[in-house]
Amino acid sequence: MKVERCAVAVVGSGAGGGTVAQALAPLVSQGKRVLVLERGPRFRDKDFTGLELDMAGALYAEEGGFLTADGTMTLAFAQGYGGSTIVYTGTSLVAPERIIRGWSVPGLTHGDVDRRSRKYIAENNVHLMERERLNENNRLFVEGAAQAGFRAEQFPLNLRGCRGSSLCNLGCPNAAKQGTNRVQLPNAERLGVEVVTRAEVLRVGERRLEVLVSPRPADGKGEEPEWEPGHYTIEAETIVLAGGALGTTPLLLRSGLPDLPSRIGAGFTCHPAHILVGEHSRPITNDVGHPKSYFVDRAIQDGYVLETCMYFPFITAKNLTGFGTSHSSLMRAFPRLQMILVLACDKAIPENRITVDRRGKPVVHYRFTDGVIESMVRATRASARIFFAAGAIRVHAPSAEPPILHAEESGQIDTRIDARHFRTGTISITAAHLMGGCGMGRSAADSVTDAWGRLHGRPWLRVADASLFPDALEINPYLTIMALADRVAEGVREDLAG
Amino acid sequence: MAYVLTSSLRPAFRALATSFVPETDRADAAQWTALEQTIERALAARPPRLRRQIALFVRLLDISARLRHGHSLAALDGFRRTALLERFAASRLLLFRRGVWGLRTLVMLGWYTQPAVILALGYRASAAGWEARP
Repeated sequence: MKVERCAVAVVGSGAGGGTVAQALAPLVSQGKRVLVLERGPRFRDKDFTGLELDMAGALYAEEGGFLTADGTMTLAFAQGYGGSTIVYTGTSLVAPERIIRGWSVPGLTHGDVDRRSRKYIAENNVHLMERERLNENNRLFVEGAAQAGFRAEQFPLNLRGCRGSSLCNLGCPNAAKQGTNRVQLPNAERLGVEVVTRAEVLRVGERRLEVLVSPRPADGKGEEPEWEPGHYTIEAETIVLAGGALGTTPLLLRSGLPDLPSRIGAGFTCHPAHILVGEHSRPITNDVGHPKSYFVDRAIQDGYVLETCMYFPFITAKNLTGFGTSHSSLMRAFPRLQMILVLACDKAIPENRITVDRRGKPVVHYRFTDGVIESMVRATRASARIFFAAGAIRVHAPSAEPPILHAEESGQIDTRIDARHFRTGTISITAAHLMGGCGMGRSAADSVTDAWGRLHGRPWLRVADASLFPDALEINPYLTIMALADRVAEGVREDLAG
Repeated sequence: MAYVLTSSLRPAFRALATSFVPETDRADAAQWTALEQTIERALAARPPRLRRQIALFVRLLDISARLRHGHSLAALDGFRRTALLERFAASRLLLFRRGVWGLRTLVMLGWYTQPAVILALGYRASAAGWEARP
């Protein structure tokens, strides 16, 4: 067992870990060693092939097939230098004021989250895409939404030199997306932060970590690990956990630290989502251009958000309900498909939580509440209206029976699409916004961490990822994760300054 | 690691695959091999319990076909095989609905990731993005 010592050990290199690494990098010049431990590999530019089978296996945990305990929802999260910022679409929204206020975390204000978010908006080149670069999948959404009475808004995106590959969720093949793998981590490394990839943290102890560094598999993508493969003990003055909701919480649960706050694992939310497609009578540009440029926010009124999207053939096939000839006829219409992602704004409830199995692996318990199902049904009806208003000749709606609605049936949207047809185990539901498990709050009685990410009762141990969210965010979480991680780093600097 | 799609399971599995994705009915030997290898690779990383459940569910469907129709899945005509699957997919038991969903997802993974299939669909995404389009 090798032993390494450092001032700060950061576990994870995504939106949280990458931000903390960069913010703490100036400490290195003061003689303080900062380590980042990333479970996944450091991918090379040539590794991003854009091939679905190739990339899903390399980037996503369990090849993108991680299921909730009852097997009714797939949870997508990436592992690699940059974490899930490798695979998001770069949509960059600041947390709404009402959400941060609703969290009621003493010492956390929306003003502070907003200020820090804007710092990263500037750093990540967040901007609105030029209209002439939008594809028809997005334009039809805007036109259809306007005609159906919805207000479509354009997503600010963190891109630099986007060529419109449409392959964001498989890792940008053109290094255009400004994730932590492109911005914060390289900045941190230039200032002397050490990033160790293929380094899985097995357990966290009192100011120490047990780490296993694995070699690059013979047929694997990415670089060799920076350290020699083997077991390590890392002794650190401060430890920052930023492995994401399904990294940080399971790590704490399997580590066996005494007197942990009892609410670890509670408050899991994830914005359950599924896709809908509308078929047009002519081919549209859908597999070129940025896939997710617009959204309709109905979170307050109806508990859902609609986003444009365009997925790859297998993911599309998986997400269409059913099988056989009707399913295959939609797949053959691929060049004519318009696609919308519907996301429900779920709320933290006691049943929805993260635990671990006997091997310490994460287990996610999730129950679809009536409220979430109603939100998804309302979202499906809205999407159907948008598709038909945009000129679609038929729409695939998972919570309709049968799931195909033809244009001449558009008057039956409210009756055909109904909550009684929303059957788990039949509809493909996926979530990629994994939040909660180490929620912030006042004390160990109501939460796991404080407003600066400190674990109650253990000031040397902090959390800096979406685990901190006491409840759902209702938007893409990465910018808020960065803002909170920035706060965590500030707290660490103050601690180390004594 | 032992294969899930053993030679004894393969006829039932291929029959199911043709119901899930009708195009597989015209798949050549190389396409079947690619489909099954992709599934085996995906399953190799999953817990042994899940692998056993999948094999068990294929056998359960085969036994159901024999009991209900007097034929194995492979010998059953496509119409009745699909009807059988639809009954399981609409079952009140989540376990059965999940089973059908899981199997059809695996077949689609093995089929809709094949380069020739993707090309035939008209899917053309590439790193060159807009520059590759006229």
